[in-house]
Amino acid sequence: MSWISRLLGNKENSSDVAKRRLQMVLVHDRSDVSPGLIAQIKDDIIEVIARRLAIDPEHVVVNLSQTARESRLVAEIPLLANQRQH
Amino acid sequence: MSARVVTVTSGKGGVGKTTLTANIASALASMGKKVVAIDADIGLRNLDVVMGLENRIVYDLVDIVEGRCRLRQAMIRDKRQPNLHLIPAAQTRDKMAVSPSDMILVCDQLRDEMDYIIIDSPAGIERGFRNAIAPADQVLVVTNPEISAIRDADRIIGLIEAEEKGPGRLIINRIKPEMVARGNMLSVEDILDVLAVSLIGVIPEDESILISTNQGLPVAMNGANGSIASQAFQNVALRLDGKEVPFLDLTPQTGLLNRFRSWIDGR
Ligand SMILES: Nc1ncnc2c1ncn2[C@@H]1O[C@H](COP(=O)(O)OP(=O)(O)O)[C@@H](O)[C@H]1O
Ligand SMILES: [Mg+2]
Repeated sequence: MSWISRLLGNKENSSDVAKRRLQMVLVHDRSDVSPGLIAQIKDDIIEVIARRLAIDPEHVVVNLSQTARESRLVAEIPLLANQRQH
Repeated sequence: MSARVVTVTSGKGGVGKTTLTANIASALASMGKKVVAIDADIGLRNLDVVMGLENRIVYDLVDIVEGRCRLRQAMIRDKRQPNLHLIPAAQTRDKMAVSPSDMILVCDQLRDEMDYIIIDSPAGIERGFRNAIAPADQVLVVTNPEISAIRDADRIIGLIEAEEKGPGRLIINRIKPEMVARGNMLSVEDILDVLAVSLIGVIPEDESILISTNQGLPVAMNGANGSIASQAFQNVALRLDGKEVPFLDLTPQTGLLNRFRSWIDGR
């Protein structure tokens, strides 16, 4: 979708939605890692990191990403500004 | 002369494998190639009716494999296109009646006298699919511009590689250019973005396919001057035969308003 359509407040096309969903599904199919397993890993990561650092667990994102060559697990873990209490 | 074995498969059912097999076979025959189409969908015979040869069946693939007839006796020659032949599937047996090595044997017996052997695969990833790809030199994967069909195509592409029959080539069937232009159907580019495979054909949704299937006369028999789908089939046949053919321009003939809208959408 172009920036003009976004500016005009057009909704996302159904084909854009389809493509995004398809990409997600294929990443999991190809690596044989289920979305449920990713959710568990995410909980584990939050638990481990939170022992040492003040993090914002609501905004932790764990994703599989994939290129032709490799699959990788990508985690984004936002830290809270004030780390002193840990 | 040694035939090339081309298997048409998909994973998902109903995406157009049988239609494509009949039309690619017919298009190759119209180019002067000697072609035999084999229906590997044992138990769900269909290629015979799509090709319009259902009244001429005496023996079938399982009869050959089980030695009830010679291979030639089960091979029907199409009188409208004398270069074109069909080996029908058995209707009352199941996929287990044939093994992958049976398929290799049958194809090897045909290689000397044919240019192309086109195999119509059943849906699924089990025995019928394994039978169909066992003798293949080239596998064509058919999909529709729809999430479930593309997901299955991705799985099939992986299985073909694993069986060392890769790389497969993709045919996108039933594209509706107007829906793509409105952003309500995945485009050819979208599909190629997500699947790691090279494209060999794009076939538009075309009423003439149903009409010609009603009559048992593959649209490709009309040659390239028939419908748009018939041209698309001819092009797949030419590319299969190693020719460089540009992809048809399927963008809809749009009015001023639509053109303005697509300009706004940045397409
Ligand atoms: N490009 C197309 N345009 C319109 N109808 C199509 C097209 N391709 C296939 N069809 C129709 O879709 C149905 C399923 O096709 P078929 O070739 O039997 O699929 P498969 O062998 O994969 O199960 C048939 O009714 C066929 O006529
Ligand atoms: Mg079929």
